[in-house]
Amino acid sequence: MKAWKKAVGLTCTAALMTAMLTGCGGTKKDAAKSDEVVIGAHFELTGGVANYGKSTLNGVQLAIDQVNAKGGVLGKKIKLVQGDNKSEPAEAGNIATKLITQDKAVVLIGPATSGCVSASIPIATANKVPLMAPVATAPSITVEKDGKVKPFIFRACFIDPFQGQVMAVFAEKTLKVKNVAILFDSSSEYSKGLTDVFTKTLEDNGGKVVAKEAFLAKDVDFKSTLTKIKASNPEAIYVPAYYEEVSKIIKQAREVGLSCPILGSDGWGSPKLAAIAGNEALNNTYFCSAYSSQDKEPTVQNFIKDYKAKYKTDPDNFSIHGYDAAMVVVEAIKRAGSTDGVKIAQELSKMKDFPVATGKFTVDANHNPVSGAVIIELKDGVQTFKEKITL
Amino acid sequence: MDMGSFAQQFAQQLINGISLGSIYALIALGYTMIYGIIKLINFAHGDIYMLGAYMGFVATTMLGLSFVPALIFAMVAAGIAGIIIERVAYRPMRNAPRIAILITAIGVSFFLEYGMILIATPQPRTFPAVFEASVYNFYGLIVNSQQILILVISLVLMAGLTYIVNHTKVGKAMRAVSFDADAARLMGIDIDKIISMTFALGSSLAAAAGVLVGVYYNSIDPLMGMMPGLKAFIAAVLGGIGIIPGAMLGGVIMGIVEAMVSGFFSSTFRDAASFVILILILLYRPSGILGKNVKEKV
Repeated sequence: MKAWKKAVGLTCTAALMTAMLTGCGGTKKDAAKSDEVVIGAHFELTGGVANYGKSTLNGVQLAIDQVNAKGGVLGKKIKLVQGDNKSEPAEAGNIATKLITQDKAVVLIGPATSGCVSASIPIATANKVPLMAPVATAPSITVEKDGKVKPFIFRACFIDPFQGQVMAVFAEKTLKVKNVAILFDSSSEYSKGLTDVFTKTLEDNGGKVVAKEAFLAKDVDFKSTLTKIKASNPEAIYVPAYYEEVSKIIKQAREVGLSCPILGSDGWGSPKLAAIAGNEALNNTYFCSAYSSQDKEPTVQNFIKDYKAKYKTDPDNFSIHGYDAAMVVVEAIKRAGSTDGVKIAQELSKMKDFPVATGKFTVDANHNPVSGAVIIELKDGVQTFKEKITL
Repeated sequence: MDMGSFAQQFAQQLINGISLGSIYALIALGYTMIYGIIKLINFAHGDIYMLGAYMGFVATTMLGLSFVPALIFAMVAAGIAGIIIERVAYRPMRNAPRIAILITAIGVSFFLEYGMILIATPQPRTFPAVFEASVYNFYGLIVNSQQILILVISLVLMAGLTYIVNHTKVGKAMRAVSFDADAARLMGIDIDKIISMTFALGSSLAAAAGVLVGVYYNSIDPLMGMMPGLKAFIAAVLGGIGIIPGAMLGGVIMGIVEAMVSGFFSSTFRDAASFVILILILLYRPSGILGKNVKEKV
């Protein structure tokens, strides 16, 4: 009888000890399950820009699957917990809180859009959890208004001003044009920001903006404005906007007899562009993108191959940035040797020449990646790799 | 800018404006007819235009029709839709206060917009190229064959409408109902039938505008009717709401003003210019350009 009691007591003690030991093995945040590192994938999975969120998440998921297949990180598997902010910044704050406090995520990847990222920043910062925004392009994401860098916030894509500079350099160096007209969307911060940077870079290099006209998102008729632009005899037109309006602008520009090159931004990247504008009108147009599926780099081609194998569709810009973001985050956890947010953030800010799908990943002083951009030419409606520009 | 190039710019903007204006005119006609007959500002009218564009899309892509049959298909389909909307949404409200039926119209508008988003997704669709657009150059003035087409079809439809209203029995009945519904009923006119006819005619004109816009801009989406609907409403008020030639005049004036504002000032002022016109007209000549000043009896 006594021996039996003693046995039970011993077993209980042993069980308790084991539980405590495993508890110690995990981090203080990740006490629930010690054999997993939790990463929060926080995206726009429903709502207005759900396709951005889904594409990016696909890239993130692919990266995490590959890491787990190779044994994970710190000897543990990575568990990707998804959160859906419904494309609403107000909801983004709630989801960030849930992922950090309930799911015990050690790093957040996402959201996709700058608005939702901004809403998640205070929560990530207060909890000392690094946030990696794969595709948010607004410069203010990583830097405070007074120029101070936000210690826990990073991004994996180029920022808006960068592609404005790239296009101005491309216009002057490759196309050798000096007089450029600009047609921008005055209802979009993205379009206005690009216009400012493009104008400055062009003028600094001796070029001239001969006409600057604006339109509003959802406009359909641009002929009057284009007729006005034509009167200023531009050698090229810069249209930093989204494909829906751009496609109509290009079609109508050719119709009013503007045959000069038309230049644009990554908002052009959609198959709808060719469908609406027409293949012929698109000849002699160029836009800037983070990657081209025709880039011969093996890292890009391997990524495309793996992505197609998993999802049966072609990856877009969002997916490749999502993939890179996840790879960089995992590497930072590995280098930090722990899941402590402060240490991971330190490793992220020191990241240099780490090989990812789009090339080499280096974080600059403002927590932006130092990267090049690809110029894509549309030839008979097909996106063709033109050249790679690094500033 | 020297005089020659200014004149050329002006002429080119005039061409741009007239083709835009004839679209507004086609939509404005429906507004004005429906207002004339049941004193309802049919806010769903812009969405009937959208519906027409989608019907044209269905006809050309799924049914494989060529341009003219597709246009007729869209007009008939939208005409039937107009009759159904009137029957289901407006007729039960006929004796309700004016504000209630106006709110119903806004409801119908939302129903059509978001119903279409549900069916066809919010993504814009590419209208198939039903015929090649050729560009003509007259001494530096550029005219697109599609612009000519828009103008010709608009003129034909407007002439047809004028004929129906002025020289047929149905037209006579419409004018009678518009003038005094009760007296018309006493003369043995089936008011319900005439109102249905008016909705059918107005809706089919809007549908024609929708198909033309689809062909011209090559892209349609479920919310495409919002802005043109508002602009056409302004055009109808400008010309004198309830007056058919007024809607045509108002539409063309709106198109030209917009083209001139974009061409010689800034395109960002274009929409503002339209609404300033509305405010000015309401302030100084509420009955519109062609309208007679009728004192409302108290």
